[in-house]
Amino acid sequence: MRQYTGVAVSGGIAIGPCWIYRPVSVSTNRKPIGDPKPEIERFEKALRDAEVQLEQLYNRALESIGEADAAIFEAHKLFLNDPEFIGAIQSAITDERINAEAAVAETAEGFAQQMLALEDDYFKARAQDIRDVSRRILYCLNGISLDQFKLSQPSIILAEDLTPSDTIQFERTMILGLCTRHGGPTSHTAILARSLAVPAAVSIPFEFTNFHEGSEVILNGDSGTLTIEASVDEIESAKNAQQQWELIWQSRLKSASEPARSLDGKLVEIVANIGGVEDARQAVEFGAEGVGLLRTEFLYLDFGRLPTEEEQTAIYREIFQVMGNRPVVVRTLDIGGDKQVDYLDLQQESNPFLGWRAIRMMREHPEMLLTQMRSLLKAASPESDLRIMAPMVSSVEEVQQAREIFEVAKASLQKENDLRVRKTQFGIMVEIPSAALIIEHLAEYVDFFSIGTNDLTQYTVAVDRTNERVAYLASPFHPAVLKLIDRTIRKAHEKGRWVGLCGEMAGDPVAVPLLLGMGLDEFSMSPSAIPAVKELIRRQDTNRCKEIATEALSQPSIQAVKELLARQR
Amino acid sequence: MQSSDILVTHPVGLHARPAAEFVKTAGKFPCNIMVCNLTTAGKTVNAKSILSVLTLGVQQGHTIRIEADGEKEVEAMTALQGLIASNFGETA
Repeated sequence: MRQYTGVAVSGGIAIGPCWIYRPVSVSTNRKPIGDPKPEIERFEKALRDAEVQLEQLYNRALESIGEADAAIFEAHKLFLNDPEFIGAIQSAITDERINAEAAVAETAEGFAQQMLALEDDYFKARAQDIRDVSRRILYCLNGISLDQFKLSQPSIILAEDLTPSDTIQFERTMILGLCTRHGGPTSHTAILARSLAVPAAVSIPFEFTNFHEGSEVILNGDSGTLTIEASVDEIESAKNAQQQWELIWQSRLKSASEPARSLDGKLVEIVANIGGVEDARQAVEFGAEGVGLLRTEFLYLDFGRLPTEEEQTAIYREIFQVMGNRPVVVRTLDIGGDKQVDYLDLQQESNPFLGWRAIRMMREHPEMLLTQMRSLLKAASPESDLRIMAPMVSSVEEVQQAREIFEVAKASLQKENDLRVRKTQFGIMVEIPSAALIIEHLAEYVDFFSIGTNDLTQYTVAVDRTNERVAYLASPFHPAVLKLIDRTIRKAHEKGRWVGLCGEMAGDPVAVPLLLGMGLDEFSMSPSAIPAVKELIRRQDTNRCKEIATEALSQPSIQAVKELLARQR
Repeated sequence: MQSSDILVTHPVGLHARPAAEFVKTAGKFPCNIMVCNLTTAGKTVNAKSILSVLTLGVQQGHTIRIEADGEKEVEAMTALQGLIASNFGETA
């Protein structure tokens, strides 16, 4: 047995044949050229080819590893359109009369070195992205296909280093584990391994010459060790360890998927804030009982034009399928003058947070909300539990109109025989004090409320939370904000409506007992916060929480509330 | 010419998505737009170049200076300021 120890980056144990990845190298030596014009043309063609490849990789990544990780290929496309990068290559070809390969490699390396000189690890890691893009252009210049990653059996991949374009080429089911000689905990290898949930270790000091392709190796992603030439007994004990590991992992996830019930038996709903289908998968994995906030802005920002009913339906359907019969609360378009959306006729406003945004667009463009609501209703299946909510509500009239559009959307689909969903609810976000103060009237038109504490805080204390000089004033623990939350929950319950909360506060361990004491029904947070919050709720007694809430509501200041809550922990 | 000093409050600073959004926004305007990191007192670079912007190494809490010069310089500045003020569109 021989063992190499590197840095563990993704847990688990893999046992299987190794596969050594050897990228093709392209000569980047300087060669003088005569007429630069054909060389420039050759370079430009390579750029176009590279762009097409990245487009394909992006789509493939979207399917296999999700939107967040696919974004890297979007970034690479930006590099291909970078005026400084492309300009420098072109002038090297034209002025220095050198071949495109040398011009690309030297320019890219220049930028890579600048990145490596920066302090932050994240910036340093971008050096690899530039080299990756550079290699892609070099391959395109030489007509080399990237189609050399065909694994014949599931394997543990050994490589010098892996770039995003390397890793995406591998078929997901063929990857048992990843080992690289270079790279750190924030490298792409590490990120990818975690998102694929396969064991991985990086910076392992092994020599390729010691490995025979296809021979059995053991990778332990928790200790960062790679073992070769293991005896039968050693492989057997690794297999036992692998089973142990599986059991522990399953039990961790299992407790996250169990309900959040307090010591005295009160059950609350723990759901996730998400922005796409990949988040939805992660949410389910971390034990979310549903979605408390699905942001839909990305649809409007990504398309560059108004997405059609069919386009929206297709994307929503994908998310609803992941969530199955779990409830999904969808927030309708929440966008305004602080964002660049050319086609929406958003004008630069001097006070965008107080301006023409979110539900306020409905007066001029009711058809936009109708299309979105129809898409959502159409995308939902008979088992779905769809809850649509309108953001930025300040008055009864807005809720009346939005509710009417919701009913029209349902009725029109019914008529067209296109309404399959059986459970639907309509609600609004409570993020403006004027709404919180007339909950009893708004309740006439809604099935539920969801409190957006980030905005509710900003509007209550009159603080632009992006303005550093005043941001310290904006805390959801301000007694005035707490009173609005408390009032919203009480008045809604009096009218038989349920209340959720989808700001950062819902996932804050300090705030959880307080909100539980106020009687909040649903807590919506980022997926990764769910296991801890569930754990916390299971240790609470709601009667004690009520006392804490009562006491917090009588405090004079943010500081006093925070001190009170700190004493309870 | 328009000039403005802005504090970057986004937790990841000016890289990843924020950097991409920044460069894309700058790229929409015809004028020359330059940016430098006042906190590290480094070089001034083309705001339309993602690689150049990344080499500034702007982290949370750093202040950047944006200078726009030429056609639509006012619009460009407003758009970039708005982008940073909205925390790159991530307000919940």
